[in-house]
Amino acid sequence: MDIKVLGTGCANCKNTIALIDQVAKAKGVTVKLEKVEELRDIMGYGVMSTPGVVINGKVVHAGGVPSRDKIEQWLTATV
Amino acid sequence: MNTLTAPLKAWPQRQPVAFLILAAMVWLGLYQTLNPAAEALVAALPVDRASHLGGALQFFFYDTPKVLMLLTGVVFVMGMVNSYFTPERTRALLAGRSEGAANVMAASLGIVTPFCSCSAVPLFIGFVQAGVPLGVTLSFLISAPMVNEVALTLLFGMFGWKVALLYLGLGLTVAIVAGWIIGRLKMEAYLEDWVRDMPKTAAKFEDAGATLADRIQGGFAAVREIVGKVWPYILGGIAVGALIHGYVPEDFMASFMGKEAWWSVPLAVLMGVPMYTNAAGVIPIVQALLAKGAALGTVLAFMMSVIALSLPEMIILRKVLKVRLIATFVAVVSTGILLVGFVFNAVL
Repeated sequence: MDIKVLGTGCANCKNTIALIDQVAKAKGVTVKLEKVEELRDIMGYGVMSTPGVVINGKVVHAGGVPSRDKIEQWLTATV
Repeated sequence: MNTLTAPLKAWPQRQPVAFLILAAMVWLGLYQTLNPAAEALVAALPVDRASHLGGALQFFFYDTPKVLMLLTGVVFVMGMVNSYFTPERTRALLAGRSEGAANVMAASLGIVTPFCSCSAVPLFIGFVQAGVPLGVTLSFLISAPMVNEVALTLLFGMFGWKVALLYLGLGLTVAIVAGWIIGRLKMEAYLEDWVRDMPKTAAKFEDAGATLADRIQGGFAAVREIVGKVWPYILGGIAVGALIHGYVPEDFMASFMGKEAWWSVPLAVLMGVPMYTNAAGVIPIVQALLAKGAALGTVLAFMMSVIALSLPEMIILRKVLKVRLIATFVAVVSTGILLVGFVFNAVL
């Protein structure tokens, strides 16, 4: 699974990455986590509020740290 | 959500209406008991209630829970309201509108749209890209951080509804007028080239269809995030207010930040620029200044300048705006704030 976190490097973006990593490890799902910090690329996804999360090329979340429940849903839905 | 996981949800999510009613009742009940509770607490201490220390303690024990409760309540409600006003929806509301009325709308939406300063630039590009006029976008970007529920609640809790209302009215006016003027100046050419060249997008949004339970969850999340972050500043502000009561002469500030000193307003605005903090962080300073005789207009100008104009933000904006547009932005906004300060000091 290919996960990208969109964000210009604020605290919430770092928290988002850490949380996804944590949930993925706990569930034993292997993911490719990537940080997208370049503004131009972020805007390319049409996201206006960061942090945003992109899974397999699709924007699934924007604006704020996603909840643990939500992340678990994403990870189970696509396995 | 399947039936298996449903019982695992907390009861506020299962019975949202009951929870909201109960929470409102508990909140009101607690709020009523704050003053007697503070009096009782001071009476239990070996301090004379009539003494200066007694007064300061009463002030501290009453004001701290009062402001924190107000803030928690407002932030919770706003957390729920915010879920109606996602940036995407705000953008769709503003796109394609002509200036003037749209400036007013943008500034007003700035109050209720959730906003974090780290999102300022993506928001900016997203708005412009969808055809929201530059001036209207800037109205939104000025109002969103400056006029928000945290600032208004704190001003209300500490200085009363008049100051809060004035701040609301003046903040909106600055945002509307500054955005409108920049729109008149037709400065679209001073966007960075790559921003102008980005493909136009349609401003559409999908309503995620949040339920009342989801919105309650949003309220909780907002309280955790905002109140959890700003409570030390509030405590600091109230402590400053309580402490300086006796130790600094009442008109200490009046000589150089009072009404007679006209130059104090530009000075306050200038001092605010390199300072970068949120509404909560500036409250302790505002409290200290006001208590010691600084003029209200000067203090409000200072507060607006700290929040709306900041060097770090300019540096981030530089990625999308050319220097000339940034300079215009700073000039127009600071003129607006200056006027606020002067008019205020003259009228009051």
